[in-house]
Amino acid sequence: MATAQVRAEAPGSGLNDDIGEAKRLAMYRSQLRIREAEQRAYDLFLQNLVKGTSHLSLGQEAVASGFAEAMQKGDLSFCTYRGHAHTLARGVSVEKVLGELMQRDNGLMRGKGGSMHLTSEEHGVMGSYAIIGAHLPIACGAAWRAQYKGDKDVSVCFFGDGTTNIGAFHEALNFAAIWKLPVVFVCENNLYMEYTPIGDVTAVPHPAADRAASYGLERIIIDGNDADAVYRAAQKAFAKARAGEGPSLIEALTYRHSGHSRADPAKYRPEGELEKWKERDPIKIYRERLQQFGISDKVIAEIDASVRKEVDDATETCKAAPMPPADILTTDVYADGGWAWRN
Amino acid sequence: MAEITYRDAVIRGIAQEMKRDNDVVFLGEDVAKAGGVFKATVGLYEQFGPLRVRDTPISEQAILGAAMGAAMTGLKPIAEIMFSDFFAVCFDYIANEFPKSRYMSNGQTKCPLVVRTGNGAGSRFGAQHSQSVENWCMMIPGLKVVAPSSPVDVIGLLAAAVRDPDPVIFLEHKSLYPTKGEVPDGEIVDKLGTAKVVRPGRDATILALALMVPRAVEAADRLKAEHGIDCEVIDVRSLVPLDTQTILGSVARTHRLFTVEENPRLCGWGAEIVSIVADEAFYDLDGPPVRITTPHIPLPAADVLEDMMLPTVERIVDTVRRSLQG
Ligand SMILES: Cc1ncc(C[n+]2csc(CCOP(=O)(O)OP(=O)(O)O)c2C)c(N)n1
Ligand SMILES: [Mg+2]
Repeated sequence: MATAQVRAEAPGSGLNDDIGEAKRLAMYRSQLRIREAEQRAYDLFLQNLVKGTSHLSLGQEAVASGFAEAMQKGDLSFCTYRGHAHTLARGVSVEKVLGELMQRDNGLMRGKGGSMHLTSEEHGVMGSYAIIGAHLPIACGAAWRAQYKGDKDVSVCFFGDGTTNIGAFHEALNFAAIWKLPVVFVCENNLYMEYTPIGDVTAVPHPAADRAASYGLERIIIDGNDADAVYRAAQKAFAKARAGEGPSLIEALTYRHSGHSRADPAKYRPEGELEKWKERDPIKIYRERLQQFGISDKVIAEIDASVRKEVDDATETCKAAPMPPADILTTDVYADGGWAWRN
Repeated sequence: MAEITYRDAVIRGIAQEMKRDNDVVFLGEDVAKAGGVFKATVGLYEQFGPLRVRDTPISEQAILGAAMGAAMTGLKPIAEIMFSDFFAVCFDYIANEFPKSRYMSNGQTKCPLVVRTGNGAGSRFGAQHSQSVENWCMMIPGLKVVAPSSPVDVIGLLAAAVRDPDPVIFLEHKSLYPTKGEVPDGEIVDKLGTAKVVRPGRDATILALALMVPRAVEAADRLKAEHGIDCEVIDVRSLVPLDTQTILGSVARTHRLFTVEENPRLCGWGAEIVSIVADEAFYDLDGPPVRITTPHIPLPAADVLEDMMLPTVERIVDTVRRSLQG
């Protein structure tokens, strides 16, 4: 997709279009916050302070920020192991996320879940799931509850291109369609599963969108690097869900700037591919968008500085935070708070 | 008091809980309009309507996943997996999702649901529709696992499972569906984690589960009548939580332990109990604990072959008699 096309979307006159200044500033801040936090997670990994694995969303920030901005309080996010971005986008603090990645006591789950399972119910983040496809049916269930109880919230389920080839994807799509559930499935097509290009292992060119017709759904492909495009697609799908008109499947084209996980130098990518996508870096696109709308460099610089400060402060807090204590080892296996399996 | 079948007890148990609580919903394949392939849910659709009793596609992952999402956000779903063998195609939810989310989220999420399923042999359906999978479930931290043997226990334990805040696997034995038992009138609510002494005795403790309970009781009657051996039969009922106190108390009185297990031998529930007894009551024992199990072989279809596999009354009688009288 050419940059010119992206530019064409911006009317260039004033700020009173369907998105408006406040939301644009919020989406800029949100994307930058994810960028800085993910970059920091990578740096901390190099310092051996982020342990275990981690899957960064560098380059995919616009999907998380665009969807989160369109969500209302009470809407539910279901994420994958590549879920830091979506967790941050729903308003969870950088400290809680970095703390969990660093496996400290101040982490979101006090080190009991780790980077792949970020969960914050109070923010509507209903879990990050590390078994490919598992959370699509779970999101259906949350949406079923909303339908049954007459609640107006929407369940939003994020996953990758590779996920479209597992059975649970197809079971969930059919299930959501026949029950007309208020759920929105978002495929972040970053062109790769772990290391294999998605095109090498998928029967159709668009792994999600080309399957939509099988479930009676509209074929929707969006520019996942343009937060405005993401926001608009999200609004439309949410309105449909809230109106009782059933699920949507959205394929957002994007690209991860880093490897699949921290262990992956991403040598399998053809030369020049990363550079090409970096020209379409979502943050770069959005900074230009703000400028086109006449937002001053000073306002942008203030956001940049405050985001960096949040990430810096969080880093220092996490470095000073204690490790989790042994007494949480056996808590919360069962609902009584403990782990007793016998008397 | 009325005499009803195990099958009708399932219907009554579900109905009791759905009447009590509007948040209880029920989903599965062929469960609503058709009343279930075992006819164990007949009439629920008519009584509770299409919003609460729902037919699903043949999508076991969607069934369990949807149950979980609904449970996490405020409903109390009962999901049916037609045959317990099919747990293998949706095991992710049973092994990775239901039982881990509370722990991984440091207590933020909940998962109060029940998975009902037709378990066990006797229908001559062969290796993929006859298994006893209680051992698949028992080994997973975070799950609760129940297997009733009588109509009254079906109602009481199902009610307890629905009201329990944790995910519960509820194993109904297919061969018990037509069996009958006395059931009191009115609401019945039992307690998970409680074994039941179904036949008191002094000479040996026999532990059994589900279809093996009536066989153990019949064997005990014969051991008494024919050999003068007085066995105590305990229906374990709940594998997790496990009522070890009732078991250890019985072993302390009888000094001998037998388990009668339909699951294949390796890692069967009896192995765990024998290890507990060995650890904690070794000096109460007057002889080695003995496990009577289905051998480590896939189940054959032919009735004569299947009958040779499962522990029978004769095998229980012979094993206990030989162990005690040499
Ligand atoms: C059932 C299952 N199979 C395989 C894996 C290993 N795995 C982890 S991430 C991944 C790639 C997923 O690709 P995609 O859905 O495109 O998501 P992305 O990582 O690109 O965000 C694989 C194969 C897994 N976690 N679960
Ligand atoms: Mg991918």
